[in-house]
Amino acid sequence: MSDLARSQNQETFVLNLGPQHPATHGVLRVKLTMDGEYILRAEPVLGYIHRMHEKMGENRTWAQFMPNTGRLDYLGALSYNHGYALVVERAMGITVPERAEYLRVITVELNRIASHLLWFGAFVLDLGGFTPLLYAFDDREKILDLLESVTGSRLTFCYFRFGGLYNDVDDDFITGSRAFIKRLRSRMPDYHNLVTNNIIMIKRLKDVGLISAEMCRKYGATGPVLRGSGVDFDIRKNEPYSVYSEFDFDIPVYHECDSMARYMVRMDEIEQSLRIIEQALDKLPEGPVMAEKVPKIIKAPKGDYYAAVEAARGTFGIRVVSDGTNTPYRLKLRSPTYSNLSLYEEASQGMLLADALALMGSLDLVIPEIDR
Amino acid sequence: MILHPETKKALAPFVLPGLIAGPVLIVGLYLFLTSIPGGLARVIIFCGALIIFAALNAAYLVWLERKVCAHIQCRIGPKEVGPFGLIQPLVDGIKLMSKQLLLPKGIDPFLFKVAPLLVLVPAVMSFVTIPFGEHLAARNINIGLLMIFAFASVNVLGLLLGGWGSANKYAVISAARAVSQNVAYEIPMLIIVITMIMVTGTMNLNEIVMQQSGWFGNWYIFRFTASPLMPVAFLIFFVCSLAETNRAPFDLGEAESELIAGFHTEYSGMGFGVFFMGEYANIVIGCSLATILFLGGWQSPVGIASGWWWFLLKLYTLIFCVMWVRWTYPRTTLWGLLNLSWKILIPITLFNLLLTGAMLKIWPH
Amino acid sequence: MSGYFKELFSGTKSLAVGLGITFRYMVKPVVTLQYPHESLQMTPRFRGHIELIPNEETGEPNCVVCGMCQKACPSNCISLAGEKVDGVKGKVLTKYILNFTTCSLCGMCVESCKFNAITFSKEYNLAGPSREAYVFDLKKRLEDKKQ
Ligand code: SF4
Ligand code: SF4
Repeated sequence: MSDLARSQNQETFVLNLGPQHPATHGVLRVKLTMDGEYILRAEPVLGYIHRMHEKMGENRTWAQFMPNTGRLDYLGALSYNHGYALVVERAMGITVPERAEYLRVITVELNRIASHLLWFGAFVLDLGGFTPLLYAFDDREKILDLLESVTGSRLTFCYFRFGGLYNDVDDDFITGSRAFIKRLRSRMPDYHNLVTNNIIMIKRLKDVGLISAEMCRKYGATGPVLRGSGVDFDIRKNEPYSVYSEFDFDIPVYHECDSMARYMVRMDEIEQSLRIIEQALDKLPEGPVMAEKVPKIIKAPKGDYYAAVEAARGTFGIRVVSDGTNTPYRLKLRSPTYSNLSLYEEASQGMLLADALALMGSLDLVIPEIDR
Repeated sequence: MILHPETKKALAPFVLPGLIAGPVLIVGLYLFLTSIPGGLARVIIFCGALIIFAALNAAYLVWLERKVCAHIQCRIGPKEVGPFGLIQPLVDGIKLMSKQLLLPKGIDPFLFKVAPLLVLVPAVMSFVTIPFGEHLAARNINIGLLMIFAFASVNVLGLLLGGWGSANKYAVISAARAVSQNVAYEIPMLIIVITMIMVTGTMNLNEIVMQQSGWFGNWYIFRFTASPLMPVAFLIFFVCSLAETNRAPFDLGEAESELIAGFHTEYSGMGFGVFFMGEYANIVIGCSLATILFLGGWQSPVGIASGWWWFLLKLYTLIFCVMWVRWTYPRTTLWGLLNLSWKILIPITLFNLLLTGAMLKIWPH
Repeated sequence: MSGYFKELFSGTKSLAVGLGITFRYMVKPVVTLQYPHESLQMTPRFRGHIELIPNEETGEPNCVVCGMCQKACPSNCISLAGEKVDGVKGKVLTKYILNFTTCSLCGMCVESCKFNAITFSKEYNLAGPSREAYVFDLKKRLEDKKQ
């Protein structure tokens, strides 16, 4: 760093990365102060896709906000649906039928895999390898087909309702999910051989982009970023919601703190999600998918409620304050990538441009979720 | 292939004449080119033919690249314009030519305009010495190898000026990267070429090919009496020519996820098109050299029926490998690239050089 | 030194393995759909824009103009009107406009309708030259479809 400090007085330049740039995957702008190819300061500039989701929530009825939650992180929409459904159910004291809980877990985990697969492809694309993206899309397409057949939509599913699900699944979905598990398990070795073990990949990711556990704590980073820094924290285990406590699965944790660790966490999580889905499909109980006593017009009792779920990118928290009317009084979303991005400025200091972009890729940013 | 029935009907009368005229034209051209006596006229006619060859190559290598990449990714690739999308490159070319050549504000107009030519012209010039067949070379120069490398080093000047002239920070970074990359990779490549010159004793490309006649065991890649490391040398030569031509995984110059499009970010229309042609012409040169030095050029692998067809076959196989590599690997970083060059390639090539020298002393050819 | 050679060999091997995988995929059949020439059947639950369901006997819309869908819609994109007609119980639909430019395809309207009067169409090939082209008069569409 002393070199960098010295070069501060020399000629530096400002590079505008974005708002339209292939590596930012959306409208994120990063103002880079550079010394040659070294980054002295990286300052993310947000707000290009702000849509006031929180304010919208205060102006809509409780049920009408549900579609919005799928539009925060459009790659893992179901987790966000789940978070919102949970908080309102908590407020209203609704218990969800068993079958609905299991189906929620199955679909959310499928969605998590889809999200990780897309991240995998996009991350390798950031590193300049184009082909794995298409392979990952091929697999992801299968998930989207499955989810489309139950929810009716391919991206913004909006499948959960307060007290259960929009509709039940059919046998095709169950056999399709089992077939998909088999298919993905047979393709994971290809991904590992093609990408994970590739020497170029290893050289680019090992010991690059260090994020310490301390830094994660400071900025509130969660999800694979935190678990790649050696902290064993996952809401599904630490604060089990829904029926997660009934499944046997591991939380992958890596202690290297580098981009490779975050990469490995996500790749292992795909396998763990497959395990959860497998168990849930085996145990899937019969019964209704919608609670019986759900009032037609939701009016949450006065109070302050919070629920958190483990989304694909980290902890998604949602806090609602109700004044007893049919719209929330205040609605606050805690989106994981917002916190994950905020450590970028510190983590990327003194890095080469190419490494810093690999670091950004390993954070798995979804811009609409940062800006909300 | 799905063609509109109307298109099919319109194309039908041309299929048979095309099938007959194609080979006749090729054979005629071959006879014509080989029968021209040496001298200025021959060089001029050949240059014309070579420029057409380079342009067609660029166009159809893009098509091939798109097809290879598509099939690697389980897609089909271009298929709508013409049978198997074969007319697509021509249409793309016309599109590029019809586009405005935009001169952004703040550029250096002279450098900006001259840079693409500096990439293309040396590449086309290098074709002059390449022996496509025994008598099918524009000019049989006895320092052909040297000349190609002399021209090849002009190429990087084009990238540098293009990046500098376009007054874009991404382009400048890219130009700086391209230069350091080229400098680093010219060293191992030249060491291998020196080794080869020691073995062959000549810089005349046609003579080098002649020395590899007979069956494929005589190719220099398998000439273990000269150096047991010959296959490794070939591999390193191939890697270096990838790096020299800025191809993936060494495409740091135009790393699209970092630098948008690198040095040709600001180029539009034919400015970009000429850069592209230059890039593909350079690939052809690199693969031709690898073919000539190691794979026996136009010599047949079984000793009979040698000719330009073997040269083209080997050339396009190598080019296919270049594309295959590109669509398989992620990109290296500048450090990774320099590490590879200085820590792995240069020591090995130097060792090979010494080894070859010693072997030549023991078993003189 | 031995680490250097080990990395050299393992690295080269990993690169060769990668090439093998892409080659294997290259000779596999393609997985894409040649879209304009072939197209997919949408699943029965696919959420396209909404359309009115006609009564099986009369062919008139099932809608009784209760306005629930309008109220449920988070994006306010439904506007409807009805009038009293002699001899018919309830109201008769005179206008049902869907402003598809703001519709988020959430499905709240279909869920809130208790009279089986609206459903999702399976149309996904939508293109139009102007915004106005996406203001659908569903009643007119229904009548057009009848002919
Ligand atoms: S789908 Fe949703 S947004 Fe569209 S009209 Fe129905 S309720 Fe409104
Ligand atoms: S809810 Fe159904 S019946 Fe009521 S107005 Fe809407 S479409 Fe008509």
